[in-house]
Amino acid sequence: MDTKQRIREFVTSNFFVQDAAGLTDDASLLDLGVVDSTGVLEIIGFLEGTFGVAVEDDEIVPDNLDSIERITAFVGRKRAAAGS
Amino acid sequence: MKPAFPARRVPDGAPLLQDYLSASAARRPDHVALVCDGERLTFAELEARSNSLARALARLGVERGDRVVVFADNTVQTVVAFWAVLKANAVVCVVNSQTRTDKLAAMLLDSRARALVTDARHVGTFVEAAERSPHLAVVIVAGAMDPSRASGLRGLTSWDEVMASEPRDGAPPRTNIDVDLAAMIYSSGSTGEPKAVMLTHRNMLAVSASIVAYLGNHEDDVTLSVLPLSLSYGIYQMIAAYAVGSRLVLERSFAFPAQVLKALATEGATGFAGVPMIWAIIIGTKNLAEYDLSHLRYVTNAAAALPVPHLLRLREVLPHVRIYSMYGQTECARISYLPPEDVARKPGSIGIPIPNTEFWVVDEQDRPLGPNRVGELVVRGAHVMRGYWERPELTAARLRPGPLPGEVVLYTGDYHRIDEEGYLYFVSRMDDIIKSRGEKVSPREVENAIAAIPGVREVAVIGVPDEILGQAVKAFILPEPDAELTVQGVRLECEKRVESFMVPKHVVFVTSLPRTSGGKIKKSELK
Repeated sequence: MDTKQRIREFVTSNFFVQDAAGLTDDASLLDLGVVDSTGVLEIIGFLEGTFGVAVEDDEIVPDNLDSIERITAFVGRKRAAAGS
Repeated sequence: MKPAFPARRVPDGAPLLQDYLSASAARRPDHVALVCDGERLTFAELEARSNSLARALARLGVERGDRVVVFADNTVQTVVAFWAVLKANAVVCVVNSQTRTDKLAAMLLDSRARALVTDARHVGTFVEAAERSPHLAVVIVAGAMDPSRASGLRGLTSWDEVMASEPRDGAPPRTNIDVDLAAMIYSSGSTGEPKAVMLTHRNMLAVSASIVAYLGNHEDDVTLSVLPLSLSYGIYQMIAAYAVGSRLVLERSFAFPAQVLKALATEGATGFAGVPMIWAIIIGTKNLAEYDLSHLRYVTNAAAALPVPHLLRLREVLPHVRIYSMYGQTECARISYLPPEDVARKPGSIGIPIPNTEFWVVDEQDRPLGPNRVGELVVRGAHVMRGYWERPELTAARLRPGPLPGEVVLYTGDYHRIDEEGYLYFVSRMDDIIKSRGEKVSPREVENAIAAIPGVREVAVIGVPDEILGQAVKAFILPEPDAELTVQGVRLECEKRVESFMVPKHVVFVTSLPRTSGGKIKKSELK
């Protein structure tokens, strides 16, 4: 399973997606009500545990974490920076 | 049969809550009143938009005293709708955007809401709830929506359409007086069913004036809020700001702390309201010093007690900021505040009565108790609610005769003590409501949600201490013998039924539950 699929699976199996049709890769997870404050913390825990990336305080921003696509790209950048 | 409102009277200048906005718009029309969703709206613009929506509501049949539910996040439209409903002489009821279909339907039905103002983002939730609500005549949806998602929904119209068709100057004729209802706020009760707190214009004006007085708010303030407008603590961030004609910077949540810290700095926020979870995150932010928080004059904590170590640590990381520990409940909004100069000497206290109110503590026979004796807190003031909407027994339990003939005072249902100097200390709740992330969680409501999952024989839900959340929800589940339940599966099923703050953080499967001799689950033995 590639990174994007694993992230999608985490989101759909841990959060309630009321509007499944709306959960496109670029849809805002916050706008859809899929995640909230603690949901974001859970996603970070998942990324750190699954992909071995360390998420800094100032990286917890919508640009990195507010859609499946953005999370995937963020993980990609973090892993590239870590040289893995 | 209840008496109806008398025939229309001539407007007489009764003080109403929406005067805060209108007076600010008249006094400083060009001042930016709202920063939200990337928009900057002046008082004049907010006044004009709320006039348009108020006229539209009236044209669409919303009458004096009708309930209007606003089901949306912290958006520009939610702010506009709040004031518009008041201007339409109706009762505004802002509902948390995380509310699931069944509960929203229950609220629409319970309130017999005449209109619903919502957002296309929540189409998956509101359509079915609206269809089940026979009293609902109007549904106004902001944002772009695929019309096929709500085809056949009675009274459906778009925000842009109603706004475009109405003039922007002048609201509908005023018919309310200050004892009429301004708002209803739904909150969780121990039975798990939602109950609505009724607040009059006078209630809300009284508490707003009190809040503004003790926080020392003035027109140059910039209040930043991440709290949902559906919460009492959240809505008063806006009301108090507009009471003095100052600016509100409204963020949707604290999900992205760095974004909020940046907004605090760039907007030059002077006031910021939080709950313990937010302070825990701020205290733990390593690069906090990189944000210019020099404009910040005060922060407030409410909804749940800030642990003393966190309070003291917050003083260290924000040394120039006045920190207000506060306490309240939806039934009267705010009860007490600890003057910042007393934090060092009484860090565990939630302070003294807010201006123009008073409180005392009584025993089970209703006798006032002396210093440091623990009893139920009783609150007196013009801020005390009108009661619970159409729940006379619940109302009678909480609003009971006060010192003056005919007056009622609020029995809070919370145990407190008051020290020799009159400072208040919270001891515990009398019911088993859990406070997690600053939100009320009814164990019964969570138990009902879990019990509905196939394979669950019995369940008990309690609150356990949690460093970040205040309290965390913990579920003990006794499964059927051959059930294949997983922690993740249970949590996901809960997500479908209750708001995410109610979803248990901890789920454990047990082979037995402790019981009383009568066979009831003994929650005091669970932890």
